[in-house]
Amino acid sequence: MTGKIAGGIDVGSCTSKAVVVDGNENILGSEVLFSATDFEGAANKAWKNALLKAEVYVDTPIPVISTGYGRNSVKFASKSLTEISCHARGCLRYFKGPMTIVDIGGQDNKIIKIDRNGLRQSFKMNRKCAAGTGAFLEEMALRLRLPIEQLNDLAQNADGEVVLGSYCTVFSGTEVLEKIKSGHPVDRIVRGLFHSVVKRILEMDTLTDIVVMTGGVIEHNPFLIDLLRTHIPNEIATPPRPQIMGALGAALYALQEKTE
Amino acid sequence: MSKREILVPERQKQPRKQIAATSQMKKLMASHFLEIDEAQRTGQKKVAWCTSVGPAELLHAMGFLVYFPENHGALLGATRMATDLIPLANAVGYSPDICSYLTADVGAYLGGVTPLTKAYGIQKVPKADVLVYNTNQCRDVQDWFSFYAREWNVPIVGIHTHRNIQEVNDYHITDLVAQIKGMIPTLELVSGIKFDIDKLREVVDLSLQCTSLWKQVLQCGAAIPAPLTFFDATIHMGPAVVLRGKPEAVDYYKTLLAELNDRIEKKEGAVPLERHRLYWDGMPVWGKLRELSDQFYGMQTNVVASTYCNSWIFDAFDPTHPLESMARAYTELFIVRDESYKEWYMDQWIKTFGIDGVIFHDAKTCPNNSNNRYSMPQRMAVRLGLPTLVIHGDLNDLRCYSEEQTRTNIEAFVEQLDQKPA
Repeated sequence: MTGKIAGGIDVGSCTSKAVVVDGNENILGSEVLFSATDFEGAANKAWKNALLKAEVYVDTPIPVISTGYGRNSVKFASKSLTEISCHARGCLRYFKGPMTIVDIGGQDNKIIKIDRNGLRQSFKMNRKCAAGTGAFLEEMALRLRLPIEQLNDLAQNADGEVVLGSYCTVFSGTEVLEKIKSGHPVDRIVRGLFHSVVKRILEMDTLTDIVVMTGGVIEHNPFLIDLLRTHIPNEIATPPRPQIMGALGAALYALQEKTE
Repeated sequence: MSKREILVPERQKQPRKQIAATSQMKKLMASHFLEIDEAQRTGQKKVAWCTSVGPAELLHAMGFLVYFPENHGALLGATRMATDLIPLANAVGYSPDICSYLTADVGAYLGGVTPLTKAYGIQKVPKADVLVYNTNQCRDVQDWFSFYAREWNVPIVGIHTHRNIQEVNDYHITDLVAQIKGMIPTLELVSGIKFDIDKLREVVDLSLQCTSLWKQVLQCGAAIPAPLTFFDATIHMGPAVVLRGKPEAVDYYKTLLAELNDRIEKKEGAVPLERHRLYWDGMPVWGKLRELSDQFYGMQTNVVASTYCNSWIFDAFDPTHPLESMARAYTELFIVRDESYKEWYMDQWIKTFGIDGVIFHDAKTCPNNSNNRYSMPQRMAVRLGLPTLVIHGDLNDLRCYSEEQTRTNIEAFVEQLDQKPA
């Protein structure tokens, strides 16, 4: 397949995502892999698999833009852009501004405000602390000896919530152990942990207009959206594949550059 | 292809043009430290430690050699010695949350090291005969100097400036003049030199000349393209801090100003193909000056103005009223003013310099220089219609600094400035 085709690769701290798009901004193929410690290898493999799924031969010259924490590890990308720009561009494929994008990533959260013209007004990343990110839930799953895939169902089906007050991931871990010792059911603790993620988002910035949630944490833990709804009156939406919005945005930028 | 991609290769072809006056400045700074070191060893002159924004004028007028520990703190940061030394001060009870100039400097003392050794062959910082502080920046300077007063059993005196001032009133000045006068008997006792108002007039006049030239240097940043960067200014402000009140500082800034004006005439920007112009509020991240400077340079973005470097502009100095004008100069400073004044002040510079965006550095250990903490960036964005960005770090303690997060934030901010409607 030739013609207007472009790619985006989002090398995150946890997973690497690759997306192939056509000239109509349709996703032809995508892949999500764990980044592990070899960002370059993960990016290469994700890209190769995405091309296979898109049924695009790998020797076809395709413009690619990289993004994410490991964006500079993608040697074959023509340029890199930050995940802030790329998540915004990906969301604009499905939603019109004004909107607030909330991206919950593996080690950082972002709140991005887009105006009615589709231009970014502002953005915020969480401070150095990883409280409220995917890393927080991973750490807590480890403490609770639970597979991370089970967290969403446990939180959703809990018949109550144990309130956790700490701001810090490490202190939250200690607090969780205290709650377990006090005999609180694990599912209620997990719901408390989910609420902690939501609280960290709410204190980062105001959420205005339609709220669009992206990132792997949302894709795998959609109950977070239900919890956020209990705090804000805004419409909350998600794109079809929240986890690959950064890679999609990078691909759309690459497509745009090719067109230009 | 984007504008950025076209421009980057062109930019890379052009080596960064250094400011020629830098070599003269380095010699001046070396002479300053070596003179104090010599006096220390021979006992020829008394040494006064002084906070960076005064009252150095009084100390020069009374025959002291003046040493500025904040300058030493910045050197500890810039040489990246600070992060390893701060824990030594933490261990004896100085919190990691207080001024990291203080903790780095006390840590260096406890560890028996100084960046002056590598730079100038000086083995240790000069011992003070008297410690003189001004709390116009923060209370930490008093606690910092008190450590050494206890350590060396030497006198400590200081000025307690009013804070959060909207308008400077006569009672502020009256009070400060009284405080300055109150220090004189102790200083006479230590120096053995009687206070002479005419000598003070001479020093204040030299300080005025120095600070006026320094202001003109910084105002060169308003030219498009700007002939210097904020990062250049953090280095070249050295003489305005440590040599203010001495003729060599005046001579130096005349040279620097001439060079910058020549650059302006030739339209030689410090950042070739300058595309965006930013304002920096807050302290520098001393240990990351090079990295940050390179990052902005690579994005054809120049940080052309700052609150920090303006801290050594003292318009109020007046040799005809030396004490009153010193009191006014130390009180008119940005850092002691309230939010409404600070916003007004920044707005003027932002408008004059054609600023596209404002970066606030939230320095973990320096609340008085972190102006983002009471929603100023949000108000500014609405008032001026400018994008603002807050980066979290510290002046000296790199344990509080995330390289990747900062890099991404700045990169994303410039991408925001680049964006155009789809």
